[in-house]
Amino acid sequence: MAAPLLEVQHLRVEFPTRRGTLLALDDVSFSIAPGEILGVVGESGAGKSLTGAAIIGLLEPPGRVAGGQILLDGQRIDNLPAEAMRKIRGKRIGAIFQDPLTSLNPLYTIGRQLIETIQVHLGLDAAAARARAVQLLQSTGIPAAGQRIDQYPHQFSGGMRQRVVIALALAAQPQLIVADEPTTALDVSIQAQIIALLKSLTKEQGAAVMLVTHDMGVIAETCDRVAVLYAGRVVEIGPVAAVIHSPAHPYTVGLMGSIPAMDQEREQLMQIDGAMPRLNAIPPGCAFHPRCPQAMDRCRSDRPDLLPAGATQAACWLHDSKVAA
Amino acid sequence: MADQPMARAPSAPLAPSAGALARFFDGDVWHSFKQSPTAMVAAVIALVCVVCAVFAPWLAPHNPQDLASLQLMDARLPPAWVADGQARFPLGTDDQGRDILSALMYGARISLLVGLASVVLSVVLGVGLGLLAGFVGGRVDSFIMRVCDVMLSFPAILVALLIDGVGRAMFPDAHEALAFSVLILAISLTGWVQYARTVRGSTLVERQKDYVQAARVIGVSPLRIMRRHVLPNVLGPVLVLATIQIASAIITEATLSFLGVGVPPTSPSLGTLIRVGQDFLFSGEWWITVFPGLVLVMIALSVNLLGDWLRDALNPRLR
Amino acid sequence: MLAFVIRRLFQALLVMLTVAFIAFMLFQYVGDPVTNLMGQDATAEQRARLRAELGLDQPFILQFAHFIGNAVQGEFGISLRQGRRVSELIAERFPATLELAAVAAVIGLALGVPLGVYAALRRGKAVSQLVMTVSLLGVSLPNFLIGILLILVFSVLLKWLPSFGRGDVVTIGAMSFGLLTWDGIKHLLLPAFTLALFPMALVLRLVRSEMLEVLRTDYIKFARARGLPDRSVYFGHALKNTLVPVITIAGLQLGGIIAFAIITETVFQWPGMGLLFIQAVQFADIPVMAAYLCLIALIFVVINLAVDLLYFAVDPRLRIERSGGH
Repeated sequence: MAAPLLEVQHLRVEFPTRRGTLLALDDVSFSIAPGEILGVVGESGAGKSLTGAAIIGLLEPPGRVAGGQILLDGQRIDNLPAEAMRKIRGKRIGAIFQDPLTSLNPLYTIGRQLIETIQVHLGLDAAAARARAVQLLQSTGIPAAGQRIDQYPHQFSGGMRQRVVIALALAAQPQLIVADEPTTALDVSIQAQIIALLKSLTKEQGAAVMLVTHDMGVIAETCDRVAVLYAGRVVEIGPVAAVIHSPAHPYTVGLMGSIPAMDQEREQLMQIDGAMPRLNAIPPGCAFHPRCPQAMDRCRSDRPDLLPAGATQAACWLHDSKVAA
Repeated sequence: MADQPMARAPSAPLAPSAGALARFFDGDVWHSFKQSPTAMVAAVIALVCVVCAVFAPWLAPHNPQDLASLQLMDARLPPAWVADGQARFPLGTDDQGRDILSALMYGARISLLVGLASVVLSVVLGVGLGLLAGFVGGRVDSFIMRVCDVMLSFPAILVALLIDGVGRAMFPDAHEALAFSVLILAISLTGWVQYARTVRGSTLVERQKDYVQAARVIGVSPLRIMRRHVLPNVLGPVLVLATIQIASAIITEATLSFLGVGVPPTSPSLGTLIRVGQDFLFSGEWWITVFPGLVLVMIALSVNLLGDWLRDALNPRLR
Repeated sequence: MLAFVIRRLFQALLVMLTVAFIAFMLFQYVGDPVTNLMGQDATAEQRARLRAELGLDQPFILQFAHFIGNAVQGEFGISLRQGRRVSELIAERFPATLELAAVAAVIGLALGVPLGVYAALRRGKAVSQLVMTVSLLGVSLPNFLIGILLILVFSVLLKWLPSFGRGDVVTIGAMSFGLLTWDGIKHLLLPAFTLALFPMALVLRLVRSEMLEVLRTDYIKFARARGLPDRSVYFGHALKNTLVPVITIAGLQLGGIIAFAIITETVFQWPGMGLLFIQAVQFADIPVMAAYLCLIALIFVVINLAVDLLYFAVDPRLRIERSGGH
């Protein structure tokens, strides 16, 4: 197996507050192979965006990495000095955020923003940078790129802006893209286009993608593998088809079951009782046990690691092969 | 039933207000006050200044307005802790032998009086116009808002100076009371705009609400609606504004008096004292101007800080 | 955009008319208009002639029009106090105020913006806290007190700088410059700083708070995520976005500077329009007051208009253009 491009090992992210320290990511581990698309899915507050932020080194203070490692191409990047990390951002890891409206500086033309990024990372002169910028815009499907390059963000529609954002993220040809809910703020009709664009461009460049979203449909369409986050922990991870069709963790089961499907006859949407616990009230043992229909005594006291469960891995004692059924 | 007495009959006329007082001390505002050292210090300073000012005739060691008691021998004495100073005149004397400490107290009295009166007038005017604009709407509203806009684009001092100047021109031989009235009017006309805008905003919001519509349908007079429903909602922000404006009114009065167009020279305020004192800076008698200046700053800062605290305390979003 | 400009011009005209009306009322009804125009030394015949000329029994509107006609030409009659033409007095004093205000404005901006940026970027550090405390004093202390304080320290105690008057000036055309002589500069320093402190503190606090806001936006986060160096992020992206709202406030402060000059000129006995105005108020010199009022209103209106136009020039979102398709 090829060496993974990105490895996150036992990552812990905490937020010291006046009322004590909140653990937002608790022992999160996963890896991404070169060119692979990993989906990271979970409810709001599960820690998906934080994972992305930690990887690109832009955790908002007072949040900080409190444990574990992040490795890019085998090299640790979570403890790099600021200037070294800055060089990695954009050049080796790109990022796309949720709201295209606020991701672009309203006072500069998109051309200026593109050319600036290109020049910082690729060192081209002004003319070459501009040519490359136009090319990038064209590849993201923006018509009349040669003229539109001199327009301002507010002159583009939402979908167009997100294409510009993708162009900006890919400008320096990074190996990994962290995409944090790239389609959530867009119209449904545009979402599919943007996802398709992202997929094709990254495939072209051979870039891997960490796609953070709460939309299972997008995951199903786009990703190779998917990780399910719950209360700052990975509860299941595996190939997309396996996680969707044969989920092993009760939470994932609940997630999949709650998606309405047109080919099924059901009177009620399945729902998981209760709500995800707040960061300052995470139960001991397995974080999901209060809501789990299959909770055992053990779940209340021992926190499960990721255990092999068929085609996927699930952090659930149900799959502990050492315990007799 | 009608013949059942109320469960909690007020035992004495004082009981309801005692209840209200108890509620105040229990409530959020007092709690927030106790937690903020800045607010407490500011309140103490403000209180001391107010007490000294209000009770100046009784508290002051001398009466600076009693011309007969002045002795030129006592003139230009430095503060008591400097050589040549006398304990009798703790903060020194001016060029006519007036005790600076007493002059400060009387001066603060005038400053506070004018400041408070101006703010009260401002509030009445601003709240009234705001209610009118919000309730009546239409052209009255547009007109009042236009006036507000124009007035806001001119600095307060200019407006105050203009009105003061016109007042002087119209009543060249005015006696004290009139001069004070003109001054108070001038200052209050610079401050009413804020209240008008705030109250108008609240009125517009309340006016849309169902209970106001219902009251109008029943035929309740607009005045009553405004008084009973809109006013209580607006009092909080108005109170905060008023507190901050007291400081600004005091400073405006001080500025006008310093410029020689404020209070009449027979009743010097802190501003007048500073003006007089400036002439003595170069002969080394710094205390004549520095102490009034200090007191002015203390009053202004403490009232400002109180206003800031009050705004945070009354802001439900910050709790 | 043209519609906007026309609308603003119209509003400006309205404001000027209102102010002119107030000035007119002062002129006509507070005190005697004939005396206002001719001074107190005019003979009875001259008065009678002027009275007829003015047509004081003519309809109000005509008199008002006459007043405006005069005002536009700068004719505001004779100063009651000094017996000279108001227009001459103002022309004499205007350069002093202009120089003072201009220098104060430059100091205010040149110190306020960089210090504000510094306070935002180095938030929490000791120097930053010091800067913020000084700025708090700057906005809370009254203008005249600051002036006196500066006089106390720099003139009385240290004896470095003079505390009144303008010193030597060089006259070029209609304008006189103290800046061109060393003596003039020394006289200019204290008053200019006094006048600059409030706007400087205001701009400082505003720049700092705007910058802190801007640094939290998504586009700054995205700029960092693209690996742009700190210098580009702070001074390329963040600063430009910070300055746009600051322009309005700073521009309006200019008007405030000219008004507060009244106080500063009094403290330092600076021979400018402000001092002239105060003396007019003290002596109920209506013609001077009316003239000053109109002039100030004009300056304010022009500044407001300029700031609005500047906003247009700087923020591309305000220029209504057709946006592209999907």
